[in-house]
Amino acid sequence: MATYNLTTPLTEEDTRKLKAGDVVNLSGVIYTARDAAHKRLVDLIEAGEELPFDLEGSVIYFVGPTPPKPGDPIGSAGPTTSYRMDSYSPTMLKHGSKGMIGKGKRSQEVKDACVEYGGIYFGATGGAGALLGKKIKSAEVIAYPELGPEAVRRIEVEDFPVTVINDTYGNDLYQMGREQYEVKD
Amino acid sequence: MREIEYSEVVDAVKNMIITTATNLPEDTYDALKEAMEKEKSPVSKEVIRQLLENADIAKNEKRPLCQDTGLAVFFVKVGEDVKIKGGLLKDAINEGTAKGYEEAYLRASTCEPFSRANLKDTLGYNLPAIIHFDIVEGDKIDIEYAAKGGGSENVSRAKVFPPAAGKEGVIEFVKEVISDAGGNPCPPITVGVGIGGTFEKACISSKHALFRDLGTVNEDPEMAELEKIMLDEINKLGIGAMGMGGTKTALAVHIESNPCHIASLPVSVNVQCHSSRHTHITI
Ligand code: SF4
Repeated sequence: MATYNLTTPLTEEDTRKLKAGDVVNLSGVIYTARDAAHKRLVDLIEAGEELPFDLEGSVIYFVGPTPPKPGDPIGSAGPTTSYRMDSYSPTMLKHGSKGMIGKGKRSQEVKDACVEYGGIYFGATGGAGALLGKKIKSAEVIAYPELGPEAVRRIEVEDFPVTVINDTYGNDLYQMGREQYEVKD
Repeated sequence: MREIEYSEVVDAVKNMIITTATNLPEDTYDALKEAMEKEKSPVSKEVIRQLLENADIAKNEKRPLCQDTGLAVFFVKVGEDVKIKGGLLKDAINEGTAKGYEEAYLRASTCEPFSRANLKDTLGYNLPAIIHFDIVEGDKIDIEYAAKGGGSENVSRAKVFPPAAGKEGVIEFVKEVISDAGGNPCPPITVGVGIGGTFEKACISSKHALFRDLGTVNEDPEMAELEKIMLDEINKLGIGAMGMGGTKTALAVHIESNPCHIASLPVSVNVQCHSSRHTHITI
């Protein structure tokens, strides 16, 4: 279990050194998207149209924040359950995205895509919305404002704490962690 | 007959909603602290440390504990000798809910089941609230409130067993639900188990069981024993905080049991995430 400080956009060199269980403090620009936004982004990719942001090296955060209080860039912003993005993530990774932040298990297809395209699935602490919201220094809706909390935001983070769940070697922290601590009678 | 102003109920509910969104109840805070001390996995220990820090930030800076500020769930006991002046109790609770969620910048999360259209501009901000009424003796209104997030509801399950399934069958079912859920419901969790009654009674009991303070012992010794066994079995699963592996998957199991039909044994498992936002007031 190592600790790294990484800045986005991520390169393949960054992602290939990470192992499941490593802790990463992430800084730089990341993008928020949930199911509805993912559907639109993947539709654009498939139609060969331009996306609202550059996918290359991008990290996507699965989050639907609370509305910001006046003067704050964003409200509480912890991760949402990731499996709802499972059908879209392989396409995003194939087209250059290098990281995803969420919570909960991913499908085998997503894990395989992480291995093939050098992507990482990071887990953030679910329900730590106040703490994680504070690590977000600026936020700006860049697409689909009509989706409300589900709109695509460009956010700037500083030392955003995440843990590597699925690495580029096919490891899965959820499986490994559980096997290590499971008590069999 | 005691009269209570409609607006008094609206204000009380509104305040309840606002404070609950940013204040982790003491029982949960203490239970998490204890779990952090006892947790064997360093990864899970760190997660729980973040949760405690999160609770401190939320309280001091009045930020919502979690971005999923939930659907508003109420259990309301209305005294027979109370009358609401100027409107209906149900409307007052809904109005207080909408005001609380909107004024405190909480998320509006109610939507239509299929179109998924948000209901904030049609029905009202985060409305309707889910309200369970009961009528009791006296001239007071007792309101229990919880902000119930989606992650832990999504893994909850109910099943009607044949009586022969017995305790073993029920324990196995609880284990299976929690095992399948893994990290999705944001462990460390609290597990509400409704046993007996009819299908819907078991479900409602499993929800209500989650309102009991952590650290309290079930009044029924048989159920208290069963809670211990279930907690032990769940923590042997190794799921750990946020599913990252560990020894403290659940903080507690709470059972509410009811008499049931001679032909059936209904069981419901309702899961509560670590962000167990609930309060209780009496008007
Ligand atoms: S399960 Fe609970 S802590 Fe996790 S995201 Fe949902 S409401 Fe928040």
